[in-house]
Amino acid sequence: MSALPSSPVRRRRAFLTVFWKEVRENLRDRRTLISAFLTGPLLTPLIFVMLINVTIHRELDKAEQPLKVPVIGAQYAPNLVAALKAGGIEPQPAIANPEQAVRDQAADLVLRIAPGYAAAWRQGEPVQVELIYDSSQRDAGTAVERASNLVQSYARQQGMMRLVARGLSPTTAWPVQVARRDQATAQSRAVLLFNMLPYLFVLTIFIGGMYLAIDLTAGERERQSLEPLFANPVPRWKILLGKLAAIGAFSTVSLLICLLAFSLVGRFLPTDKLDMEIDLGWRFAAHVLLLQWPMIALLAALQSLVAAFAKSYREAQTYLSLLMMLPILPSIMLMVMPVKPRDWMYAVPLLGQHLGILDLLRGSGIGAAHLALCLAGTTLAALLAIAVAMQLYRAERLAISA
Amino acid sequence: MIEVRDLHKAFGAVKAVDGVGFAARDGEITGLLGPNGAGKTTTLRMLYTLMTPDRGQVLVDGIDAAADPLAVRRRLGVLPDARGLYKRLTARENIDYFARLQGLPEDELRTRRDALVQALDMDDIVDRRTEGFSQGQRVKTAIARALVHDPRNVILDEPTNGLDVMATRALRQFMLKLRDEGRCVLFSSHIMQEVGALCDRIVVIARGRVVADETPDALRAQTGEANLEDAFVKIIGSDEGLAA
Repeated sequence: MSALPSSPVRRRRAFLTVFWKEVRENLRDRRTLISAFLTGPLLTPLIFVMLINVTIHRELDKAEQPLKVPVIGAQYAPNLVAALKAGGIEPQPAIANPEQAVRDQAADLVLRIAPGYAAAWRQGEPVQVELIYDSSQRDAGTAVERASNLVQSYARQQGMMRLVARGLSPTTAWPVQVARRDQATAQSRAVLLFNMLPYLFVLTIFIGGMYLAIDLTAGERERQSLEPLFANPVPRWKILLGKLAAIGAFSTVSLLICLLAFSLVGRFLPTDKLDMEIDLGWRFAAHVLLLQWPMIALLAALQSLVAAFAKSYREAQTYLSLLMMLPILPSIMLMVMPVKPRDWMYAVPLLGQHLGILDLLRGSGIGAAHLALCLAGTTLAALLAIAVAMQLYRAERLAISA
Repeated sequence: MIEVRDLHKAFGAVKAVDGVGFAARDGEITGLLGPNGAGKTTTLRMLYTLMTPDRGQVLVDGIDAAADPLAVRRRLGVLPDARGLYKRLTARENIDYFARLQGLPEDELRTRRDALVQALDMDDIVDRRTEGFSQGQRVKTAIARALVHDPRNVILDEPTNGLDVMATRALRQFMLKLRDEGRCVLFSSHIMQEVGALCDRIVVIARGRVVADETPDALRAQTGEANLEDAFVKIIGSDEGLAA
C-alpha cells in the first residue's frame, strides 16, 4: 500500500480537472455543440439581418412607389386631385363604404371630398377633405402621412395665392414658422432599429451555456453521477466553480461566434439607404465582450441554480426556458416607456449592458464611469449568485437521486 | 478501519437509521446485511460523508468524519449504489478523472490505473465510451474508478446487484484479493448466500438498528440454526425482503 496523497499542491488541480472534464465531455455531445456554436450564435444575426432588410426595403418602397388611394368625390375638386397626382398619388375609383374598407384593410386610406366642395371653394369658405384611415395599422402610417402632407401643402399653396391676390404678403398668415433641426446623427437613427441587439447578445450567452448548465446539475443528478463525484476529497464548491467555468467558456465562445457573425453581416445591411451608420467591427465586439463578461458569470450561476432545483433533465429545460424570458425585460421596458438613462441604471445587470451597447451603437461610446458602474454592478450580482449556488450545492439532498 | 458509533438519521418522521454502531477491521470483509429499506444505503452514505448524521460518530482510521471529511474521503474507496459513469467518456477517462480529483500525480495514476485494468480484466473495454456498457462492465469501471487512489478502506454498496453468475464470481474473487492485501472491506447486500460465503464478520441491520454483529459461525451458534438463512429469519423476526 502506498502513502496517502495529501499534499495541498496536488489538490489544487481539482478546479482545472473538473473544468477540462466538463469541456471535453460536452464537446462530444452533438446537441450541445449545435446549439452552442451553430444555431445559438448564428441564427440571431441571420434573423436580425433579414428583419432589418425587410423593414428598410418596405419603408423605401413606400416612399418611392405611387400610392393608390380611392378618392370619393374626385369630380368636385379636379385641381386638388391634379395636385395629388403630381405628388405621386394614383386616385382610384370611389368605393361605397370607405370606413368598412379601411377596417378590413382593403385600403390603407380613403380620401373623401364633400359634394359642397366646389361651392364653398368659390365663396372662399373653408372646405373639408376627409382622410379615412386606421392608426392601429402601423403599416399604413407612411401612406397616411404622405397623403396628408400633400393635401396640406396644396392648401398652404392655395392660401398663399389668395393672400397675394388680395395684395397681402403670404407671411402675414404664418407669423411663426417652425424650422426643424434634427440632431440625430446617422448612427443614432440606427439605434432605433438596433434596440433588440443587446437582448440578442444575452440570448446567445444564455443558449451557449444552457445545455451545459442542465447537464452539469440536473443531468448529473439524473444519471446519478453526483454521488460518486462527491465521494472524492474535493470540496463541493471547487467542483461547482469548475463547472461554472465550463459553462462560462461555452457561453463566451458562443458570444464570440455571434459577434464575428454580426461584424460580417453588418457590412451587408442597407443602412446607408436610410442615411444610417452602424459599426459592428472589432472595437464594438471587444467592448461588448467586456460588458458581457460578468454577465456570462451571472447567467452561468443563475442557470445552474435553476437547473439544480429541477428533478430531471426535462424539468430543468422547462425552468430554463422560463428564465430565458428574464433578459428580454430591459429591452421591452425601454421600448414601452423610453426613459432617459440615469447613472444608476448602468449598475443594474442586463439594463446596464443594454444601455452600454446602445451607447456603443450610437457612436458616442460608453463613458469610463458608466463602464465601471456596469461591470461593478453585474460582477457583484454574479458573485452573489455564485455564493447562493455554492450554498445550494452543499445541500445534502442535491446529490441523492433515488 | 471503520468505526461507527450510534448513528441516527431521520428524513422527516421516518427514522431511516436509528442507532447503528459497528466496526469494520483491516484485513477483514464486513458484510452489512438487511432487507430492502433497512437503512444500509443511508448508513453507508453517512460513512462516506455524503450525508451528515443527526447524531453519532463515524471514524475512519481514527479520523472523525464530521471534523475532517476530506481526509476521510481520501482514505475511502466508494462504490455507491448509483454507479453514475460519464457515458460520453471512455472507461479510461472515467478512471483518470477520479484519479486526478484524488490528487494522484500523472505517473502514479498510470501505474495504478493499468494495474486495476489488469486485475479487473477490462483490457478490451478500457478505451470504449461507457455508453452501452453491460451492467458488469459498468460495475468494473466504477470499482476501478473508486480504487484508483489505493484506499485502505473500501465501501461497496450492493456490488453484485444486477450481475450475472460469472461476473459475481469474479467480483467476489476481487474482494477477497482486496482483503488479503490488508484492506478493510465493507459491503452491503441483501443476499445472504453472498454474505455467508465472503464475510469474516456480519452486521445485520433491520428497521434502522443493528440486530446482530457476529462471525457467520457465531451467528449460527447464537440462533441454534445450522442454516444461515434460517438464522437470519430468526434474527430479523420476519422473512420480509430477503433473497436467497
